[in-house]
Amino acid sequence: MSELVLTTEDETHVVVKRRFEASPDAVYRAHLDPELIKQWCLGPEGWTMPVCINEGKPGGKIRYEWSNGKGTSFFLTGEILELDPPHRIVHVERMHMPDPTPANRVVTTFVADGAGTLMTMRMSLPDAETRRAMLATGMERGMEASYARLERLSGWKAGS
Amino acid sequence: MKREALLDRTLSALADPTRRGILARLALGEATVSELAEPFAISQPAISRHIRVLSEAGLIVQRVAGTKRPCRLAPGALTGLDEYLELLRGALTHNYRRLDQLLAGRAKGKDKTP
Repeated sequence: MSELVLTTEDETHVVVKRRFEASPDAVYRAHLDPELIKQWCLGPEGWTMPVCINEGKPGGKIRYEWSNGKGTSFFLTGEILELDPPHRIVHVERMHMPDPTPANRVVTTFVADGAGTLMTMRMSLPDAETRRAMLATGMERGMEASYARLERLSGWKAGS
Repeated sequence: MKREALLDRTLSALADPTRRGILARLALGEATVSELAEPFAISQPAISRHIRVLSEAGLIVQRVAGTKRPCRLAPGALTGLDEYLELLRGALTHNYRRLDQLLAGRAKGKDKTP
C-alpha cells in the first residue's frame, strides 16, 4: 500500500504526495465526480457525506457536508478555478465551523507513474487561529480514529 | 533544534502506525513500557525502540519510578502546527485508503465488462 508523504513548504504551505494504482484519468475523475467523492472523501471512520456537490467545471461550485450521525456536522464550500483534465485541478475551499475559514487555494496534479499515478496536492496552511478552530472540532474526531486504531493493534506484527 | 528539523522528526515519528498506537494509548494516561507493549504483537525491545523515537521527537517523556520507567505524553507535544498536520495526515490517510479500494473496484468492474 502506498503511504502519503506530507511536507511543509516555506512555513505557509503543506504539500501532500500519494501514489495510486490507477490511471491519472481515473484518479482525476475521483476528485470531481460527486458519486465517487462521497465514497472516499470522508476523513476519519464513522463519517458520511450526505451532501456532495461538485459542478466539475471551471467556475463550478463545490459544497461538501459531513455528518457523524451523532448530531455533529460541518461543511466546506468552494469554487473550481482551473481544470486541465486529467492533469491538474485548481480550486479554492473554505471550511465552515460554522464561521468560514479564509479561502484556501489548492492545486492538485496527477502525473502518470508507471501503471499508476503520482498525485501532488499543494495547499495553504491555515493560520494559527484557524488551526485552533479546526482542532477544537477535529481533535475529537482524530482521537476517535486513534482509539479505533488502538483496538485493532493486537493483530499487528513486528515491523508492520 | 531548528523548528523545521524538529517538525521533520515529529512527522517521521508519527508516520509509524505502532507509534501512533502508543500515543493513542498514552492519551488515556501514563503507562509503563510493558503496559504499552501488551496490545502489540511485537517484542518489548521493539517497543522500547519506538519509545526512544517518540522521546527523541519530543512527543513523550519518561520518569523513573523504582525499576519502572512510565511514559506519558509530553506536555504541549502536539500543539499548534504539529497537531494540525497530524489531524490532516490522519484524515487524508483514511481518505486515500478508501480511494485505493474504490479505484481497485472500478478497474475490476471495467475488466469484467465484455
